[in-house]
Amino acid sequence: MSERPLSPHLSVYKFKYTLATSILNRLAGLTLSLGLVLLVYWLVALAGGARSYAQARSILSLGVFKLVYGVLLGAFVYHLVAGIRHLIWDTGRGLERATAQRSAWVVAVVSIVVTLILAYWVLRPGAYAP
Amino acid sequence: MSLRGPLGRVLGRGSAKHGVHDWWLQRVTSVALVPLSIGFVVSLLALPALDYATLVGWMRHGGTALGLVLFVLVAARHSQLGVRVVIEDYVHANGLKALTLVSADFAHVLAAAAAVFAILKVALGGRL
Repeated sequence: MSERPLSPHLSVYKFKYTLATSILNRLAGLTLSLGLVLLVYWLVALAGGARSYAQARSILSLGVFKLVYGVLLGAFVYHLVAGIRHLIWDTGRGLERATAQRSAWVVAVVSIVVTLILAYWVLRPGAYAP
Repeated sequence: MSLRGPLGRVLGRGSAKHGVHDWWLQRVTSVALVPLSIGFVVSLLALPALDYATLVGWMRHGGTALGLVLFVLVAARHSQLGVRVVIEDYVHANGLKALTLVSADFAHVLAAAAAVFAILKVALGGRL
């Protein structure tokens, strides 16, 4: 097996930001898969009743989880926007180099703006007070 | 000299032809997740608080419970397909590859089942 080339041939491509949008989409997807574990933990804790939820909440409101939620939020928005770009590509449209480079920028800008708006909403004064 | 004919030599060697199904399902789940994931995030973030009573009230609403079940099932399937592709691309040792693929499949089915059970338990539960 080892003498045969195996995909993906990451090392043979010249790095370009269009390549970054692709690998970032994959990373964001994997991050969200891990987020699914957190979602299940949260749902199961809630199903366990008031005391079990209070216990989970005291863990989930630890400082380190602020970072986790921030990363998950960014990953979600990016994966959603970049995923829509992929769905458009699947129809055969937008694959020309110039268009793909332009849409890479559109994805980056839209993701950052939407993530910032959602982050502001979550962190707004008085939000989700216990 | 081999007595095997050309057909015998190629049978069972090529792709299993299941890839197209997985590829297609990844796209179908993507399309479904656009409204489902946006609905989940917006509905959750629109809650005034994240305490037990608020969340139970939210989940007892039929639309929320149905949306959550759909979201969790479709997201788990989409995630399973995505993780599978990543493992297939980056894990090359045969034994390890089979082990990670099967573990990832088990984990996704477990996650989906646990989530659906939890949602239904809250949504259909008795008095608080």
